[in-house]
Amino acid sequence: MIRVGFMLVFFICCSTGGEIAMTYGMKQVGEPSSFHPMVLLRFIGEAVRNGWVWFALPLLAASFYSLLILLSWAPLSVVIPASAFNYVVGTFGAKYLLKERVSRKRWMGVVMVCVGVTLVLLTGKN
Amino acid sequence: MSHQHRLRIKTLTVVLVMVVCANLGDLMLKRGMLQIGAVQISAVGIWHALLSTIHNGTIWLGILFLIGFTLCYMTAVSWADYSYVMPAGAFGYAIQTVLAVIILHEAVNAQRWIGVVLIVTGVLLVGQTHPTTTETKTAAP
Repeated sequence: MIRVGFMLVFFICCSTGGEIAMTYGMKQVGEPSSFHPMVLLRFIGEAVRNGWVWFALPLLAASFYSLLILLSWAPLSVVIPASAFNYVVGTFGAKYLLKERVSRKRWMGVVMVCVGVTLVLLTGKN
Repeated sequence: MSHQHRLRIKTLTVVLVMVVCANLGDLMLKRGMLQIGAVQISAVGIWHALLSTIHNGTIWLGILFLIGFTLCYMTAVSWADYSYVMPAGAFGYAIQTVLAVIILHEAVNAQRWIGVVLIVTGVLLVGQTHPTTTETKTAAP
């Protein structure tokens, strides 16, 4: 049970950490001025040269593999709600690390999505 | 059309393309792996599976869609909030359920429909908030 708990925390940290690092890096790159193919190519080139994007990739890979390990260790009824809990942890990360202003309406939406994803995935896997 | 309205439409369009790419990518990978068949858990079996995936066009198509998903995600968060893009992306689960009913004629139970309604309501709530609450810069042209 302890190893499942440890792996759940590791999975959530890697997943949320990776996505927040990716967002932070892309905010540094800035939005593309248009969707012209040449502008998008330069935009991708900028993203590839950003250190935060490279920091995010191994974290996202680790989150993927830790999810696979969790699925082999624990029942789906534990793993799926825990993975959907990422939406809530991610929103906390966005608020405190990325300094996003998360309104009450957005919080309500995030919690609804979290519960909804749990219900859909649990019935989908049964 | 106000700047905020344009920004919301631009963000939701990119998120929608992101969701479609993710779903099509998963579907293509699933179809490709079905063409290859069950992978034998042994050194030789895994090696054969690796070679088969490299030579399978459907798998490559799936990978292309998943690259499209990643690029859309990176583009969206370059201007929009992470706390906006992340829950909006969950709309894919609702689309999957509706497609399963319409195309595959799958039976979907009440619990799953409640989940879909919650996701759609949640995404609509998040969609009504301002997509960007932090400073954004424009990439060098």
